[in-house]
Amino acid sequence: MVDLALSEEFSAVSSRDAALKRFGRSDTRFRLMTLGAALLVVAIFAGLMVSLISGSWLALHTFGWGFLTNSVWNPVTEKFGAFAAIYGTLVSSALAMLLAVPLGIGIAIFLTELCPRALKRPVGIAIELLAGVPSIIYGIWGLFVFAPYFQQNVEPWIIEAFGNIPYLQDLFAGPPYGIGTFTASLILAIMILPFISAVTRDVFETVPPMQKEAAYGVGCTTWEVMWRIVLPFSRAGVVGGSMLALGRALGETMAVTFVIGNAHRINPSLLAPGTTISATIANEFTEALGDTYVSSLVALGLILFAITFIVLAAAQLMLKSLERRSGGKAA
Amino acid sequence: MNRAIYARRRAVNGIFLVLSTGAAAIGIIALVLILYALLKNGVGGLSAAVFTENTPAPGSAGGLANAIFGSVMMSVVAVIVGTPIGMLAGTYLAEYGRHSWLAFIIRFVNDILLSAPSILIGLFIYELIVVRMGHFSAYAGMAALAVIVIPVVVRTTENMLLLVPNTMREAAASIGAPRSIAIRAITWQAARAGIVTGVLLAVARISGETAPLLFTALNNQFWSADPNAPMASLPIVIFQFANSPYDDWHHLAWAGALIITAAVLTLSIFARLLESRQR
Repeated sequence: MVDLALSEEFSAVSSRDAALKRFGRSDTRFRLMTLGAALLVVAIFAGLMVSLISGSWLALHTFGWGFLTNSVWNPVTEKFGAFAAIYGTLVSSALAMLLAVPLGIGIAIFLTELCPRALKRPVGIAIELLAGVPSIIYGIWGLFVFAPYFQQNVEPWIIEAFGNIPYLQDLFAGPPYGIGTFTASLILAIMILPFISAVTRDVFETVPPMQKEAAYGVGCTTWEVMWRIVLPFSRAGVVGGSMLALGRALGETMAVTFVIGNAHRINPSLLAPGTTISATIANEFTEALGDTYVSSLVALGLILFAITFIVLAAAQLMLKSLERRSGGKAA
Repeated sequence: MNRAIYARRRAVNGIFLVLSTGAAAIGIIALVLILYALLKNGVGGLSAAVFTENTPAPGSAGGLANAIFGSVMMSVVAVIVGTPIGMLAGTYLAEYGRHSWLAFIIRFVNDILLSAPSILIGLFIYELIVVRMGHFSAYAGMAALAVIVIPVVVRTTENMLLLVPNTMREAAASIGAPRSIAIRAITWQAARAGIVTGVLLAVARISGETAPLLFTALNNQFWSADPNAPMASLPIVIFQFANSPYDDWHHLAWAGALIITAAVLTLSIFARLLESRQR
C-alpha cells in the first residue's frame, strides 16, 4: 500500500519532469526557429548586397570611377557610363518631391484640420487607395492617357510661356514629345503623394491637442496654428516621411519606364526624353548581350542601391528618433 | 492699424485653406481620372475569352488566362513561403529580441528591405537563382515575390504583437505556460486579425509587382504550370502589350490592368475593414 503510493507519487514526479523537459526543449526549438527566421532577413539583405557587388565587379573593374561620371552608354562599342541614368534618376525624383511634398502636406492639413467629420474617412480612404494602385497602372495610364493629353494641351503652352525667359527657356525647350523627364516626374509625384500625406497625417495627430487649443485660445488662425505649432512639432516626422517617399521615387521602375522615353542623353530641357537607373535596367536587362553589358546594368543597380540605402537609412533614423521622443512622453 | 493686421491674417489664412483643400482635391481627382480611364478602356476588353484563352500573337484574338494563372500561382506560393518566415522573424523581434542590439539591426535591415526598390530584388534573385540554374523560371519569380512578402509580414507581425498587453503574457507565465506556448496560444491569437491584415496587404503589393518578375519568371506566351519554366504573369503581359504597336494587345493590356487594379483595391479595402473592425 505504502509502496504503491510511493511509486505513484514517484511516477507523477518523473512524468512532470519529463513534461517540463519536453516543454523546455520545444521552447528552445521555437526560440531558435524565430531567431533563424530573423537572421534570414539579415541574410537576404547581405545576399542582395553581395550579389550586386559581385555582379557589377566586371564593369567597375573595366571602367573604374569613370563609370560614375561618364554619360556614354553604347552597347555596340561596349562603352558604358552611368552618369545619364544617375542624372535622370536624381532630376526626376527631385522634381517629383518638389511637387508632391507641398501637396502631401496640404492633404494632411486638410484631413486633420479642415475636413468635415463626415468626409474624413472617405477622403482618407481615397488617398490610401491611391497608394495601393500598382505602379504598372500608373505607367499604362501615363503612357496612353496622361502623356498624349499633356503633349497636346499643356506642353505647347509651357514652351510658349517660358520661351522668352532666360534659363527657364532652356529648362522647358524643344518640341512637345509628351513623354520625357517632366512627365515622369508628374506621374511619380502622384504616386508618392499618398505616402507623404499618410505619414504626415499620422505625425500631425501626435501633436498634443492642448498645444493647438492653447494657440487657438489666444486667437491664432488655422494657418498660424499649423505653421507655428503643428509643423515645428512634427518636423522630424514630415522630413522622415518625405524621405521614405523619396526612396520610393528613386527606385520606382514601371511608372517611369513607360513615360520617360529611355534616351541615354543628358538634355537640359525637362521636356526631352531621358532615362533613369531603374528604367534602363528594366528595358535592357533581358536583351543585354555580353558580360560587360550585363555587368554594367548590375553596376547601375548597385549605384541605385547605394543612393536609396542612404536616403532610407536617414529616413529610418529620423522616424526612430521621433518614436523615441513620443514614446518617452507617453511613459 | 489693428484692422489692417486682422485683414491680412484673415487673407493669409483664407489662401492657405483654399490651397490645402485644393491639394486634397488634386489627390482625389487623380484617383478618379485613373479609375475612369481603367473602366473606360478596360471594360470594353473584358470578355469570357480574357479568362479562358491564352495570350495571342499580334493580330489574332485571345485572352489572358495563362497570365492570370501565372500571377495567382506565383503570388500564392510566395505568400505561403514568405508568411511563416515573416511571422517567425516578427515574433523574434517582438517577443525575444525587443531591445537587444541584434533586434535593432534586424529591424533596421528589415525596414530598408521594406522600401528597397523592387527591381533590385529582381537583380538579386537573377544572380542567385537564374544564373545558377541557367534559365528563367517561375521558381525564381516566386522567390523574388517571397523576398518582397517577408519584410511586410515582419513589420506588421511585430507591430501587432507589441500591441498585445504585457499582462496577457504575465498571465500565461503565471499558470506555468512555457514561453513558446504562451506566444502561440495567447499572443498570436490576440494579434491574429492584425497579422492577417498584414498578409493581405502583402498579397495586394506583390500581385501588382512587375519589376522583380522581369528577369526572373520572364514571360511565357503559352499555358504553363511548370514552375521550372518561364511563366507569364499579368503585370509583365501588360508591360509587354502596352509597349507594343498593336491595338488588340493594347485592349488586352487595359483589360489586364483593370483586373489587377480591381483585385488589389478589393484586397486593400478588405484589409482595412478587417483592421477597423479590430479596433
